[in-house]
Amino acid sequence: MGWETWIIATLSRTLAYGTPLLIATLGEIFAERAGVLNLGVEGMMIMGAYSGFVIAYTTGHPWLGILVAGVVGAVFSIIHAFVSVTLKANQVVSGLALTMLGLGLAGVLGRGWEGLPLFTPIHKMTVPVLSSIPVLGPILFKGQNLVVYLTMLLVPVLWYVLFRTRIGISIRAVGESPATADSLGVNVTRIRYLCVIFGGFLAGVAGGYLSVAYRPSWTQGMTGGMGWIVIALTIFAFWNPIYGLLGSYLFAALYHLSFRLQAWVSPELLKAMPYLFAILVLIFVAQGTLKKKMGAPAALSVPYTRGEE
Amino acid sequence: MRILYGLYQPDEGEILLNGKPIRISSPRAALTYHIGMVHQHFRLVPTLSVAENMVLGLDEGTGPFLNYRQTHKKISQIAEKYGLVVDPQAKVWQLTVGQQQRVEILKALYRQADVLIMDEPTSVLTPQEVDQLFATLRTLVDDGLTIIFITHKLDEVMEISDRVTVLRKGKAIATVNTADTNKAELAKLMVGREVVFRLEKNPVKRGEKILAVDDLQALNDRGLPALRGVSFEVYEGEILGVAGVSGNGQRELAEVLTGLRRATGGHVTLEGKDVTNRSAREIADAGVAHVPTERKTMGTVPSMTIRENLILKSYRQPPFSHGMFLDNKAAEENARAAMKEYAILAPNIDTAVKVLSGGNIQRVVLARELSGDPRLIIAAHPTYGLDVGATEQVRQILLAQRDRGAGIVLISEDLEEIMTMSDRILVLFQGQVMGIIDAEGAQIERIGLMMAGTEEEKK
Amino acid sequence: MTAPNWLKIERRPVASGRTVFIISVLAILAALLVAAIFFAAYGISPIYAYYLILRGALGNMHGFSETIRRMIPLLLCGVGLTVAFRALFWNIGAEGQILMGAIAASGVALFSGLPGPLLLIAMFIAGFLAGAAWGLIPAALKAKLGLNDVITTLMLNYVAMYVVLWLVHGPWKGASMRGYAYTDMFPNAAQLPMIGSTSIHWPTLMLGFIAAVVMYILVNRTRSGFEIRVVGENPEASRFAGISQFKTTMLVMFISGGLAGFAGVGEVAGIYHRLLDPSQISMGYGFTAIIVAWLARKNPLAVIVTSFFFGILMAGGDVIKIQLRLPFQLINVFNGLIMFFLIGSELLIRYKISIRRR
Repeated sequence: MGWETWIIATLSRTLAYGTPLLIATLGEIFAERAGVLNLGVEGMMIMGAYSGFVIAYTTGHPWLGILVAGVVGAVFSIIHAFVSVTLKANQVVSGLALTMLGLGLAGVLGRGWEGLPLFTPIHKMTVPVLSSIPVLGPILFKGQNLVVYLTMLLVPVLWYVLFRTRIGISIRAVGESPATADSLGVNVTRIRYLCVIFGGFLAGVAGGYLSVAYRPSWTQGMTGGMGWIVIALTIFAFWNPIYGLLGSYLFAALYHLSFRLQAWVSPELLKAMPYLFAILVLIFVAQGTLKKKMGAPAALSVPYTRGEE
Repeated sequence: MRILYGLYQPDEGEILLNGKPIRISSPRAALTYHIGMVHQHFRLVPTLSVAENMVLGLDEGTGPFLNYRQTHKKISQIAEKYGLVVDPQAKVWQLTVGQQQRVEILKALYRQADVLIMDEPTSVLTPQEVDQLFATLRTLVDDGLTIIFITHKLDEVMEISDRVTVLRKGKAIATVNTADTNKAELAKLMVGREVVFRLEKNPVKRGEKILAVDDLQALNDRGLPALRGVSFEVYEGEILGVAGVSGNGQRELAEVLTGLRRATGGHVTLEGKDVTNRSAREIADAGVAHVPTERKTMGTVPSMTIRENLILKSYRQPPFSHGMFLDNKAAEENARAAMKEYAILAPNIDTAVKVLSGGNIQRVVLARELSGDPRLIIAAHPTYGLDVGATEQVRQILLAQRDRGAGIVLISEDLEEIMTMSDRILVLFQGQVMGIIDAEGAQIERIGLMMAGTEEEKK
Repeated sequence: MTAPNWLKIERRPVASGRTVFIISVLAILAALLVAAIFFAAYGISPIYAYYLILRGALGNMHGFSETIRRMIPLLLCGVGLTVAFRALFWNIGAEGQILMGAIAASGVALFSGLPGPLLLIAMFIAGFLAGAAWGLIPAALKAKLGLNDVITTLMLNYVAMYVVLWLVHGPWKGASMRGYAYTDMFPNAAQLPMIGSTSIHWPTLMLGFIAAVVMYILVNRTRSGFEIRVVGENPEASRFAGISQFKTTMLVMFISGGLAGFAGVGEVAGIYHRLLDPSQISMGYGFTAIIVAWLARKNPLAVIVTSFFFGILMAGGDVIKIQLRLPFQLINVFNGLIMFFLIGSELLIRYKISIRRR
């Protein structure tokens, strides 16, 4: 196998695997920017994966599946928003509970759906003309599906929303200093709900992508801890969608590269790699000297009550 | 005043604006009535730019999109008119405190406020900056704005206001025309009894040298130099007041002296022994007490009881622990005695500190820090946010310590406090000592100039 | 919070123990009420289902023994978690620490060749140390580099899981176990004694009780416990008081990880007598223990009660699976719901809500 084919294969798979990570990371970035830590990503993703598959399987419309996956993720995240924003409960525990509930529910509901083949997945496509560009063509424009491109498009859009629009200013203000935002008439509760629900929607979509595009089938626990990696990537991204893209793809590339070690390392140990990478990535971030300037939103995981500061 | 701004709802009564009753259900509603507020602790988002802080929460008819050029133009217009110049693109955290206050006022004006509520606006300013602020306020009033100026400093009331309302325990005691009243009368209205303006103070009995600080240097949280070669000495039985506008190294000085921050250069000598960069515990054990600024976030553990908070530093030593076990009996006795001695008002010794009033929390801190008769006391803003009665008590306690022979470093942004309490006054500006002068006969204008960076001639 | 006018919400200074207890019980009942919907959806009367669960878990010797068997690891991990949570360390990694304890115990059992009773003692020590070591990694990463403890402890769960899988598929795969991914059986001396014919390995249970008492004393009556509470309640104040956050964090994770390691030893030495698939060694004990500790309001002694309660629920999971033929993941749904209601109900502990009378 020539090095060219090798690079193409690795990078092409990187895009495919990095996409669900990126989608969910973008969602978590918004939730955390508004000051709500949602550790329920894994739970919302698995619910999205389950519902997306069921809809795609029964209706034959994979896109409808993805949409419903997002809606289910969004609805699911409302529980977390209610408990952590309205009831002001501990966000770490609430997020864990959401994950448990999601894994449990998807397990209960999904029992009869395991192992069924999805005949109508989202198809891989080849972009005419562009795919014949050497190297870049086959990586970017061959064998990828539309979700991959839409996600890439979403990144600059969300960056613009966060840093160049009124709602973006409000979101960042709410995550940084909710009392200030409140005193200026920004509805802190509404912004936090919106961001958590948006995060839930994207986590659901990411799950749906897994079951109707990436691996068109449904299995218990098919998210396999991706939700937790998303939490790590959000930190790695410094809560910025652009870095979120870099982080997700970098992580996916490392993931695939590690499988090139198969000749020397046993497959079980290789499977542990992504989780070790996630820790390494965080260590790398902690070493960054810009920590103070690019730190977490100041009010992250702090509930807001008017008049109590 | 928070009700006027819509943060709290009134239980009863009504608010009239231009003769019409209105209901202010939220800060947003306050805005529609053109009521703006400058809070004591600025309501600015430090990570956002000045312009972004201006438009936060506003609907300017451009939908979700922003017109940065127009915003910048509008900011410059208002800024020039009232002398509030500031760079709209700067991030708020990069600005000085004085500049941040300008941004606060700008923000209210940007929102077309007719009524401007100002909560203790001068506490963070140098006397010169105060003059500048008052000039701005006068132009605003000339332009037809109404300003509600909240302060506990009587001099300011006399200087800036047209009419005064005195509040005591949530009740309006009286409203008078400033021209028809005087300081003494207002003070009487405030506390309900006659107040003595000067503290009874015994003459200083200066003893041995306790603390020597030599060419001390340290960085702030952002890694920038905060102390740049600070030197001074403190003697037994004296209070050294450290004056300065907030953010000029006072916080870092207190932290280095108590072992909470590393010195990057220079020496701290305590009774002849070099204690530079010793741990907080070693310095406390050497007889240094620390009354920190943040009594709720640092000085106490709010969710723990009075009994536990009183042994926060001495829990490792007998009688409070034997071997690895704590002695609850000893802690109980200690707490009972302390509550009595310092008149801490609480249901019992197992009350969580968080339910106490600010004054009582400060009494807990003092009771703990002053137990064991410390040689040196570092007191940072010891009366900040306390009511008149508690303030007086805290000051008396510190003076008693001084008379006992302790050396005291009193860090405060309240010049009046510094002037009344200190024996000598040190002025910090941008991490450097502008001069050390005797408090006796010190002029406030001279200290003000030093706080603004004019160095005292070396004698 | 904007509340309707007829509601009166006041901050409660301190809720009494009785109030906390009543609110906790009500929260669990509410969670079980919501969970009843699932039984109803499967056409099973919820009352009948709960009756079956209770009868299955407590109604006979076998059920009771299954309940206690589940309670043992929950007790050990739960006690450890209360200590970690007290210092505000989010140890979500008890699952991985259990596995590391199991690995170390298996290694000692299979390869040390130690004689008689020494072997079991060595297994417990090795298991404790391995669990503790696995817990100290995230503790050091948090205390030295400020790494998020939730993520690091979670990630290490997966790593531990794959290490076990690698061992049972690879180097430690038993010679006599041809097709299966098991190690060889432990020698007899490495198997824990049981109470009668039950599956209650009593030495581990005793360790659990002892741990609960010792940790209660540690947290409430010792200098280290004082330090743990100060660090957990207010890290700034701990700096002010000269308490080392690093040492305190390391101490709580040494304990928390070690106790989880004990639980792992109990599972392999008491139940399976070999190292096997990680999902069998620990059926989510590490996660359930989080709720156990939370429900106990971080009080090590109360964990004895809460771990028993969750032992019933987990043993009831068998009933759900076998007698009702429902998916066992229903237990996860139960857990998630209980956790939500529990933290949701904390609002009632912090605030007193009453109807305003005019």
